Amino acid sequence: MLKIAKERLNELYAKISESMGLFIPIKKGGEVNYHVWGEGKEVSLETLKTVKSPKNMFFPQTENMMKFKTEGKNIEILEAGIRKQGDELKPFVAFGVKACDYKAIEVLDKVFLAEPVDTFYQARRNATTIVTLACSKPEESCFCGVFGIDATNPQGDVSTWLDEKYLYWQANTEKGETLTSLASELFEKGGETEVEAQKTSTKAVLAQLPFANLDLSRFKPENLNELFDDTRWEEMSEACLGCGTCTFVCPTCQCFDIRDFKTNDGVIRYRCWDSCMYSDFTLMAHGNSRTTQMQRFRQRFMHKLVYYPSQNDGLYSCVGCGRCVNKCPQNLNIVKVIKTLGGKKND
Amino acid sequence: MQDVTTEKKEFTPNIVAFCCNWCSYAGADLAGSSRLSYPANVKIIRVPCSCRVNPTFVLKAFQQGADGVILCGCHPGDCHYVTGNYYTRRRMALLFNFLNYMGIEKERTRVEWVSAAEGQKFSAVMNDFVKTVTELGENKRLTDLRVKEGE
Amino acid sequence: MKDVELKMLERAKALLESGEVARVIGWKKGEFIYDPAPASFETVDELKDFVYNWFCGANLSKYLIQASKKEGKTAVFLKPCDTYSFNQLVKEHRVKRENIHVIAVECLGKFDVAKIKAQGVSSIVDVEVQNKEVKVKSFGGETVLNKPEILLTKCETCQKTHQVKDEEIILHDRPERDVNRFAEVEKLEAMTPDERFAFWREQLQKCIRCNACRNVCPACSCVKCVFDNPASGIAAKANDDKFEEQLFHIIRAFHVAGRCTDCGECSRVCPQNIPLHLLNRKFIKDIDGLYGEYQAGETDEGKTPLTSYTENDIEPTDAVNGEAK
Repeated sequence: MLKIAKERLNELYAKISESMGLFIPIKKGGEVNYHVWGEGKEVSLETLKTVKSPKNMFFPQTENMMKFKTEGKNIEILEAGIRKQGDELKPFVAFGVKACDYKAIEVLDKVFLAEPVDTFYQARRNATTIVTLACSKPEESCFCGVFGIDATNPQGDVSTWLDEKYLYWQANTEKGETLTSLASELFEKGGETEVEAQKTSTKAVLAQLPFANLDLSRFKPENLNELFDDTRWEEMSEACLGCGTCTFVCPTCQCFDIRDFKTNDGVIRYRCWDSCMYSDFTLMAHGNSRTTQMQRFRQRFMHKLVYYPSQNDGLYSCVGCGRCVNKCPQNLNIVKVIKTLGGKKND
Repeated sequence: MQDVTTEKKEFTPNIVAFCCNWCSYAGADLAGSSRLSYPANVKIIRVPCSCRVNPTFVLKAFQQGADGVILCGCHPGDCHYVTGNYYTRRRMALLFNFLNYMGIEKERTRVEWVSAAEGQKFSAVMNDFVKTVTELGENKRLTDLRVKEGE
Repeated sequence: MKDVELKMLERAKALLESGEVARVIGWKKGEFIYDPAPASFETVDELKDFVYNWFCGANLSKYLIQASKKEGKTAVFLKPCDTYSFNQLVKEHRVKRENIHVIAVECLGKFDVAKIKAQGVSSIVDVEVQNKEVKVKSFGGETVLNKPEILLTKCETCQKTHQVKDEEIILHDRPERDVNRFAEVEKLEAMTPDERFAFWREQLQKCIRCNACRNVCPACSCVKCVFDNPASGIAAKANDDKFEEQLFHIIRAFHVAGRCTDCGECSRVCPQNIPLHLLNRKFIKDIDGLYGEYQAGETDEGKTPLTSYTENDIEPTDAVNGEAK
């Protein structure tokens, strides 16, 4: 294990930035989100939850897919794919990814990297080195443990731990080793004891969290119909505004829409995040298959807790990051759903 | 021989003028038939009444590459629909103030009242507005980069 | 606050039991003290989850659009600021006044849990308020915080009083306040255009187009919003270009100009904490200055500044150049 003094982190960032893009939680306009590092930027590794999750790096909120021109019945493709032709996607580092958000990338991988592969996502994934950061101060809205995630021991190409003095650094993969070698002169050896101590104390906090023992036992494919028909969806969803906050801050929501934009030079076809909470999400030529907010609300949670796991060997598409718990304007969230429908232990 | 590479390309702004059908559009017509000149980069959009102009139209014009937007209507009190331009006056006063508040140059937007008989005024107003916007330069704050791609 | 809650509960029970109303709209307990959710109670039994505390910041008036269309009367608890939105909705024929029983309920300001957490207090269990002192009990012990510092932004400058009531539950006096709600707007106005542009660029850049501001807004009650209508040509769904954010927020603010009651819900719900109320307040301030003082929602009738005019209104050019206050 290696370590680097906190005061020297800027040197590390600068060193990495020389050859790669560095995305890291940065405070901008009062809120912490992943931004590209630059000299003078206010890095905030201490922030437990960025507003937008790291998924934005692999699956940006909007992404141009192609540019084309039409003339009569002819279509001329001007540009296609993730970048202008001949441009290689610059490798980048996603720095400070928490255990829950790292697990969320696995959830996204199963969607985007399954056949047919989403090449836009794949290109970004391949270009990334992920540096995870263990949590030392989880808060009451966290419940990653429920999904079997160890917040104190995140995986990734490099795992790191932060305390008052040092960032402890453990490369796990070849990519991680390469990254380490970029700035090897900045590191010193040691830190095992400090990391172990931090793990133990954080684990004690995690076990005490109010949502640590949520019961998911009823969310099984065989209960699908029963859960779907549950009468309590109506009351659970009655305050829902139909905004997209929960879906847009969620690290695993992966739905998108494809739209065209007319420029002076042709048409840009782009994709952008969409939300199953929006009234036009299922709008089709024949009409809308989900006409009430209750149906939309139900869809979101059934997808996370029943549909997705039934197609992915029981892997839930919620990682317990708690962003929706913090951000829902009217305080509705997945925990309330789990508590209502999950199982006996919740009572 | 002139050195073309060092010759600076002169900026000619794109101006969108929303003109009401009953007064200002006729005013523009009169300007034309009286052989009074106004810059060719003023693109006139005829609207039934100045109050037909939704704030979205103004923003859309900027998005699509306008550097200045001007609304022309009948003089207050002379509206073909009796009161339409009174509403325009309030809306645009608030909208332009608001754009200024957002940091968008206040000189880029204007409302002028031009009657059907004021060909002279129409020409003068347009010349003056084009001059103002030319001095201001290109609209960069309320524009859509995608639109200008490939230009 | 507990006494107010008890009184409210008592009234809710009585109203439901007597059959005077078919439902009561209030707040329902969450997982913590600070996450109550708006809820509709139809039976006395359901009232066991009823709650009213320092975190019930949500404005319930918009829920009445749906509720007032239902069979039977609906009772609703409205805080002072919520009553303005209610009046405005009645004025716009979105809520049927005769179907609603308004219970005006006391409010001494509501807290923003994010601001409490920002002061380093997490796992909040309870709060106890004495004048300007707030004792926050958490797993970590007890912390005393300064009340003005943890109020929701919308409560910081609130001087509102109930504009409509069928009955009231007010047990404590609210201290008179004299604050200038336009102070922040004035600060921005005093900046240079470049500074203002930079300020709004930094703020609006954070926008994730989740539409929470729009969907929570009582003035945004269109059945179909232009931004949801693919035929409108401006329904972009997400911001591919900075222009989209400007367009969305300018048009939204303009659309509610003269109808916005300054309830502050937009800023409360914004996940990125964009000070959206400063957009709406600019319109309010300009309307006050150019066309005479006007407070939307003071009554449920009459014309709004943008649906009326005078023959001697200021010219837009003069308004922009600051010819009038």
